[in-house]
Amino acid sequence: MSEGFPSERRPRWAAFLIAAVLAGLAVMILTDAAGLKQDGGYAGVGPADVPRLIAYGLLVLAALTVVSGLKGDLPKPPRQAPAPVLWIMGGLVGQLALLHVAGFVVSGAILFGMTARGFGQKPLWRNLLVGFALAFVIYGVFDRLLKLNLPGGPIELLIFRG
Amino acid sequence: MESFSLLLQGLSTAMEPMILLYALIGVTLGTAVGVLPGIGPALTVALLLPVTYGLDPAGSLIMFAGIYYGGMYGGSTTSILLNTPGESASIVTAIEGNQMARQGRGGPALATAAIGSFVAGLIATLLLAFLAPQVVKLALTLGPREYFALMMLAFVTVSATFGDSALRGLTSLFIGLALACVGIDGLTGAARLTYGVPQLMDGIETTTLAVALFAIGEALAVAAMLDPPDGMHRVKGSVKMTREDWRRSWKAWLRGTFIGFPIGSMPAGGADVASFLSYAAERKLAKHPEEFGHGAIEGVAGPEAANNAAAAGTLVPLLTLGLPTTATAAIMLAGFQQFGLQPGPLLFVMNAELVWGLIASLLIANVMLVVLNLPLIGLWIKLLSIPRPWLYGGILLFATLGTIGVNPSPVELGMLILFGVMGYGMRLYGYPVAPVVVGLILGPMAEQQLRRALAIAQGDWTTLISTPVSAVLLGISAVFLVVPMIMRLRGRGQVLSQVAGDAD
Repeated sequence: MSEGFPSERRPRWAAFLIAAVLAGLAVMILTDAAGLKQDGGYAGVGPADVPRLIAYGLLVLAALTVVSGLKGDLPKPPRQAPAPVLWIMGGLVGQLALLHVAGFVVSGAILFGMTARGFGQKPLWRNLLVGFALAFVIYGVFDRLLKLNLPGGPIELLIFRG
Repeated sequence: MESFSLLLQGLSTAMEPMILLYALIGVTLGTAVGVLPGIGPALTVALLLPVTYGLDPAGSLIMFAGIYYGGMYGGSTTSILLNTPGESASIVTAIEGNQMARQGRGGPALATAAIGSFVAGLIATLLLAFLAPQVVKLALTLGPREYFALMMLAFVTVSATFGDSALRGLTSLFIGLALACVGIDGLTGAARLTYGVPQLMDGIETTTLAVALFAIGEALAVAAMLDPPDGMHRVKGSVKMTREDWRRSWKAWLRGTFIGFPIGSMPAGGADVASFLSYAAERKLAKHPEEFGHGAIEGVAGPEAANNAAAAGTLVPLLTLGLPTTATAAIMLAGFQQFGLQPGPLLFVMNAELVWGLIASLLIANVMLVVLNLPLIGLWIKLLSIPRPWLYGGILLFATLGTIGVNPSPVELGMLILFGVMGYGMRLYGYPVAPVVVGLILGPMAEQQLRRALAIAQGDWTTLISTPVSAVLLGISAVFLVVPMIMRLRGRGQVLSQVAGDAD
């Protein structure tokens, strides 16, 4: 269910999309189950059978979702502001991309700064600075004191010596 | 009276300074997350799971339970002062509590909520202590088919009984069950849905899913909202309750307790359901029903007692059967497993000291909470003045910290983002989030029990209904599935949708 900005769409289309995702999930499970060795033992129920049941359940639910979409039963979401969502997603993807290059502190600063920007806090450079400070403290506490293994980059190497 | 002496032994464990410290950290964090909108106890426990890998198991579990109790206390504060419930079990409190705050009676509303939570927490924890050994005895007689039936009941009540659509609840549950299939099959070792990705072999981490759905999904949904929430009502005057307030509150507290505890301890929904039923009961029994909707103190006292009692009740099936009935309990179960402990009847034999220490420290946590919440209420309200951009920035930073700390792979972070977007989409279209988490945790357990039961019966499916206990449990599950559907078809679904249980 990765609808981007559904406010632009009629809710029934969203229902069809949801149904398609559910059906897709079911197909993935069924194809995977087909490739498993059927080894039911005494139970007569092997590793592929319960996933199959779940997949059939998903197919039924997908069909019912289509029906409810035709009847317009799906609640219509309130109007959504797309920009904040993009800012936060950008922050998350930025952190994912930079984590192993720049380290936890820098990537965390980007996530924090862009999220705060998404919630309307300006300017961005100040958000990033606050995020940098916070991520720095978190790295110090969790990596150094609590021995959680957070990825370090050049800055962590420089200050904490790796 | 064996419970009593075991409880006393537990108290001596719980009074150790380190354990007291863990409990204090737990209740403080719990109150904080209860007060803050956007983070609830389920998310907090999920965030703390990776952090506690290296810590003492007993202390960590006591901390988690403290967070659960604390969240129930703290949630009332935001409901009353802001009209935005800090967590789902306080939604009803907002109805009357916020009206009281608007009339300048925010102080007594906070007081009756805190004292009611204390009374309920105390009684319910004692009930837990005395009931648990009995349930353990019963649990030892249950076989795989009975466990399977119990889990079916939990699935149905979590997804289909309450809320405004059985279809959407069940869809959420099945998404959770589908995700639960990923990884190595526990009985045969076959790799399912892993597509050769090594990170998927262990299955989908509960922490990753819970954090993504609760924290990221919620942050996206709140950020995309166009209507800003209500302003805050300052507490005017003292928090002291008048004699009249006491007179009207104490019965509601007791009723709330005795509604909340059974609801929590049966696989029949969590604290949110209990608080709603208590509100309905108070409204029916009130001498002045016309005051309801305009700040009736009973409408705060009852539900707040009920949600705390239900939180304690939830621990009965969790500890004695290993059966989580709410999202928070499901994540606490993951916490037990992280320390190599399997909740269930054997836990009371193998780790008696730990279990009774846990129960006893709940009593202590309860006392800590009333002290933290009444005199220090001003401090907690200050938390609400953190600007939302900083708050959510911090929440997301902590949310990713947990995942990065356990497994800093792009695959894991990618799943976090994917499930976060899924959580946002689910919120938009009214799909409840909690059944996904419960499905992910209970799914593999139910599958194992089913296959064990069938193996014992040599593949004969009628074994599932061959004992009275399992037949009755499956029958009740069917009733809980079908009756609400009929009610909705007949247009009587409003009651159910108001109980819409989600999140915690």
